[in-house]
Amino acid sequence: MSKYRNSVALILALAAAPALAEGGKLGLGRPALPEEVAAWNVDVLPDGTGLPVGSGSVEDGEMLFSDNCAACHGEFAEGVDNWPELAGGEDTLADADPVKTVGSYWPYLSTTWDYVHRSMPYGNAQSLTTDDVYAIVAYILYSNYLVEDDFVLTNENFLDIEMPNADGFIVDDRAETEYPMWRTEPCMEDCKDSVEITMRATVLDVTPEEEGSTEEVTEAAVTQDTSEPEEVVEEVAVIDPALVEAGEKVFRKCAACHEIGEGARNKSGPQLNGVVGRVMGSVEDFKYSKGFVAAHDQGRTWDEVSITEYLAKPRDFMKGTKMAFAGLKKEADMAAILAYLQAASE
Amino acid sequence: MVTRRGRREFLKGSVATSAALVAAGGARAQTADPLITEIQPWAQSFGDGVDATPYGLPIEFESDVIRRNVPWLTADATSSINFTPIHALDGTITPQGCAFERHHSGAIELAKPDYRLMINGLVDTPLVFTYEDLERFPRETHVYFCECAANTGMEWAGAQLNGAQFTHGMIHNMEYSGVPLRLLLEEAGLDAAGDLADKWVYVEGADASSNGRSIPMEKALDDVLVAFKANGEALRKEHGYPVRLVVPGWEGNMWVKWLRRIEVTPMAVQSREETSKYTDTLADGTSRKWTWVMDAKSVITSPSPQSPITHGPGPLVITGLAWSGHGATTRVDVSKDGGKTWETARLAAPGADKALTRFYLDTEWDGEEMLLQSRAMDETGYVQPTKTQLREVRGLNSIYHNNCIQTWWVKPGGEAENVEVS
Repeated sequence: MSKYRNSVALILALAAAPALAEGGKLGLGRPALPEEVAAWNVDVLPDGTGLPVGSGSVEDGEMLFSDNCAACHGEFAEGVDNWPELAGGEDTLADADPVKTVGSYWPYLSTTWDYVHRSMPYGNAQSLTTDDVYAIVAYILYSNYLVEDDFVLTNENFLDIEMPNADGFIVDDRAETEYPMWRTEPCMEDCKDSVEITMRATVLDVTPEEEGSTEEVTEAAVTQDTSEPEEVVEEVAVIDPALVEAGEKVFRKCAACHEIGEGARNKSGPQLNGVVGRVMGSVEDFKYSKGFVAAHDQGRTWDEVSITEYLAKPRDFMKGTKMAFAGLKKEADMAAILAYLQAASE
Repeated sequence: MVTRRGRREFLKGSVATSAALVAAGGARAQTADPLITEIQPWAQSFGDGVDATPYGLPIEFESDVIRRNVPWLTADATSSINFTPIHALDGTITPQGCAFERHHSGAIELAKPDYRLMINGLVDTPLVFTYEDLERFPRETHVYFCECAANTGMEWAGAQLNGAQFTHGMIHNMEYSGVPLRLLLEEAGLDAAGDLADKWVYVEGADASSNGRSIPMEKALDDVLVAFKANGEALRKEHGYPVRLVVPGWEGNMWVKWLRRIEVTPMAVQSREETSKYTDTLADGTSRKWTWVMDAKSVITSPSPQSPITHGPGPLVITGLAWSGHGATTRVDVSKDGGKTWETARLAAPGADKALTRFYLDTEWDGEEMLLQSRAMDETGYVQPTKTQLREVRGLNSIYHNNCIQTWWVKPGGEAENVEVS
């Protein structure tokens, strides 16, 4: 580095110093525009601050919940598989296995409104209108027996709702109840008379097998090493790998509810192996909506045309479908997902 | 080509290996070792040239040192957690590539040019920063641990998961570079907030879960960092690239990833993650909230169920990790008999503030069974409690903040199992 450059740096540093001292501010960033703040600042405080004007009925909420939420949370907000249950569990918090739901546990209604509004439906966040959110929250209250079936939730009556567990929380008290006990000189010798093993993890046997992952890697590596180049060329000819790869990304929209590939199981949606060419409503042990049961009985088959129509507008294609998915908008995504569904099935 | 072996095969093979080592330790070798007497291929011809791997991954022999999850824990991988392979690591820094992940709507891809950070609420001037703006603030570099409040949560009711990775792997420890949150708040100006004592900042991520937490202003102005580098390089996608919050000593859920908004508020927002989750239900059904600090804790990482003793009796290194959200770890004791007697372990380096500390107990193993435990103490004099002590205060229904003493039952063969003792 030349002396000249060093001296320039020094001058710049000296020049910067007074600017730093002025109010301690650097003048970085730019003022946020009101519409920018409005777009992101949507959280709702427990006192109702941030709650937009609007309303929604239990009746509308039931429909919206069925369409947007029930695939994971159940028609009655009782929860499907490991997905959260939103209703029930009253008076269970002191039990051996407390059931924590909006009704039994959540202390503020603002939390429910805010969460549904900002973070739900899962995989399609912020797609609900303000009134939809009021209606869904009204339905969740109804499914917890906190309001009647003719109830309409509005920004006006929002704070009137009493949450059953509102007084069920205390602020962290470890500093009083724990720390004084455990800030003592520890025992080093003869600390116990006897030690017995009272429980063993291997008896329960819920630890995932580790060997699987390692062996899979090994097998995959071996397969790659020994496979003939011709085979690879053939595969490429059938399905465009770039399209499949793009489809794999699109499939993330589906993966919360659907599995595909080796060992795919039913989740809140049926497994999708061989779905292109499969009879509708034909996966064993999956509880289909009435529409798909009928389609199955008619022997209707999934092909590229019907899958495209279904994925574009699920509820238009099949009235009453349980699939809570708004639809694929982009044509490129559609082509990619079709390629992926076929490739991943093999 | 050397084939990779699973752990079970490794364990099988270890019997023979340990016998050989015992022989080597005591007596002369019977036959010359061909690895020494014969010229090996790697000693004769070339290895890879530079640039064979422009960004390197661990060598294939280490392919089992990976994050793992417990599929039955959660409904879906996009809202789930996996575990750091702490049983296979040493030192204190967690490599980013195997540091545990916790997502609420999957790990998103957010490019630096698309990154915006907003500061709004009770500030003099709501501001928007670009990534480049953040790089122009004076920055600091610190090592901190990040522990999920649910770490060891599956062990409340009893010994469940057989491995330190699964019982204690919701933790990582990285060197973060970033801007103190205080500087960003001061840039926006806090005069509008008035008395800061009862004010909060609400921090929110850019992913679809919009995960948000309320942090008291006192902490926000203390040691919270808006970080963009970890262990010297950019944050990984799964850890919040390009910018995450670092909240030293406090539960990992508050370390909001893909940080997009900081709002100064007059009260806690009481978001889902600070009411329905990350609260601790006591035996009488009352629940603690705002249990932010991670209390002192430790675990022996080796020997442990995934890292058994394979060398037979003789010199043995017992090692593990200790940490405290209240400050530095000052001492770690180890017991081989389930807590009857304790000896003080050696710290690899003096404990650092809210960072992992590595401890070693260099010992002789007689080949008999052991009930291994470790017990951390921090600079406040707090001593890591037993599970019994925790249950006496909190009951059995807690999920989060289980910092109990862990027991590994090492059997005469050297295998170890997660157990609970009286």
